[in-house]
Amino acid sequence: MTGPYSAKVMDHFMNPRNVGEIENPDGVGQVGNPVCGDIMKMYIKVKDNVITDVKFQTFGCGSAIATSSMATELIKGKTIEEALKLTNVAVAEALDGLPKIKMHCSVLAEEAVQAAINDYLKKTTGKGLPGFKPHNETLHDEVHGE
Amino acid sequence: MRAYLDYAATTPADPQVIAAMSPYFAEKYGNPSSIHSFGQETKAAVEKAREQVARLIGSSSEEIVFTSGGTEADNHAIEGIAFANEKKGDHIITSAIEHHAVLHCCEFLKKRGFEITVLPVDQFGVVSAESVANAITPKTILVSIMHANNEIGAIEPIREIVKAIAVASSQGQGSRKIYFHTDAVQTAGHIPIKVDELGVDLLSMSAHKFYGPKGVGALYVRKGTRLIPLLHGGAQENNRRASTENVPGIVGFGVAAELAAKDLAAENKKLLPLRDKLIKGLTTLIPDVRLNGHPTERLANNVNVSVRYIEGESMLLNLDMLGIAASSGSACTSGSLDPSHVLLAIGLPHEIAHGSLRFSLGKQTTEAEIDHVLAKLPPIVEKLRKMSPLYKK
Repeated sequence: MTGPYSAKVMDHFMNPRNVGEIENPDGVGQVGNPVCGDIMKMYIKVKDNVITDVKFQTFGCGSAIATSSMATELIKGKTIEEALKLTNVAVAEALDGLPKIKMHCSVLAEEAVQAAINDYLKKTTGKGLPGFKPHNETLHDEVHGE
Repeated sequence: MRAYLDYAATTPADPQVIAAMSPYFAEKYGNPSSIHSFGQETKAAVEKAREQVARLIGSSSEEIVFTSGGTEADNHAIEGIAFANEKKGDHIITSAIEHHAVLHCCEFLKKRGFEITVLPVDQFGVVSAESVANAITPKTILVSIMHANNEIGAIEPIREIVKAIAVASSQGQGSRKIYFHTDAVQTAGHIPIKVDELGVDLLSMSAHKFYGPKGVGALYVRKGTRLIPLLHGGAQENNRRASTENVPGIVGFGVAAELAAKDLAAENKKLLPLRDKLIKGLTTLIPDVRLNGHPTERLANNVNVSVRYIEGESMLLNLDMLGIAASSGSACTSGSLDPSHVLLAIGLPHEIAHGSLRFSLGKQTTEAEIDHVLAKLPPIVEKLRKMSPLYKK
């Protein structure tokens, strides 16, 4: 079956990794909004600066679910610094690419990771990520816009 | 099992349609404008198809203009009237649930200086005749309201609306004509239509929506109605629409129209219980599911539901993996900013619109396929809800 999505995207969509919630998470980040039709929530557990566990919940399309799943795989077992380096391009590439109009889902995944880490840093050091902004309100327009 | 439940998007061509079209590619291939026998032969075929299409809607042959489909018919009607009458008036009235072929056409005209009124609809997607009458001004030249909506199956009170326009316009100064166009792309071939009973001046049709080929449609143009053409060039279609005729397509269209006239009643009789079984099943087997549109006053082939807490495209992908084809009003499936404008127009919040599914039934739909959907969708919904941050068990 050839569709708009790569086999890897379909795999992560049909068999998403790390779905769920974490009880007593060390960091939680939620990005997106119902108007958009995309909401990602990421929970992380951190020990000795390493992300030992990560779970996600997503309201969204095939790309949204696949990018969330891939993002959790890519940050699991990494240090906070390494996880912060995760870009949406890396998530999309790990999935063998996304259709152009779906690239914003990968940006949302990157932001979900940042949001979870921002929350963790705020809780542990009192200070969040420098320059961190919650979900970019104009992102949808920028990607889909006229 | 493969279950195609997206008939509102397109339909398979009937075998009789295909058989009728085949000779017109390489056996009977003359240009209908040619004076020789090759051309006269295909010209006769085009005119026969014209009669068949006219009969489907109770019009006369010369009132049918063949187009490339429903979109072109809509564009031709709206721009045709607008540019032919712009010296008399520049106000056009339409509704919030029209197909984009009508709405975007109106937006284009708005940029060219026309004034457009987009009427709201009620929670079932119905336009009230009263609201149309109230919107009329001395500068109104055209009203375009669809016969039935493609997403939620809402059937509009066309006769009442036409009557209300006649009353409102006769109360103004002078006897000014306000043209009425209806996009009947979802109803032609599915609901009996008599243009004189409806009272319309213009009506759009599309062949591939009722078992004809893609790439051909028609605009019914009431005798005496002047339109500025979209296509300039040859004198085809009585100087209304230049271009060498799509003979095979037109022939197929004619046969589809003839078959529909015969089969229409039987098809509705077959689809009604299947539609209702699907509606009942979806709304009882799955919690937090709402039906979009009226429970009974809707097209016999249309089911549209919103499944709370999850998104449409992810449901479609799962259904597709099981061989079930449907569609959704979510933004993700349209590649646009917003979910379906129709669902927003009936008052659904964004996330409920994003979680919509449309199943549209047709000639080959069986009860087994309906049962298949009712068996397979609930576990899909459960799986996606478990993943959703909006769903709390």
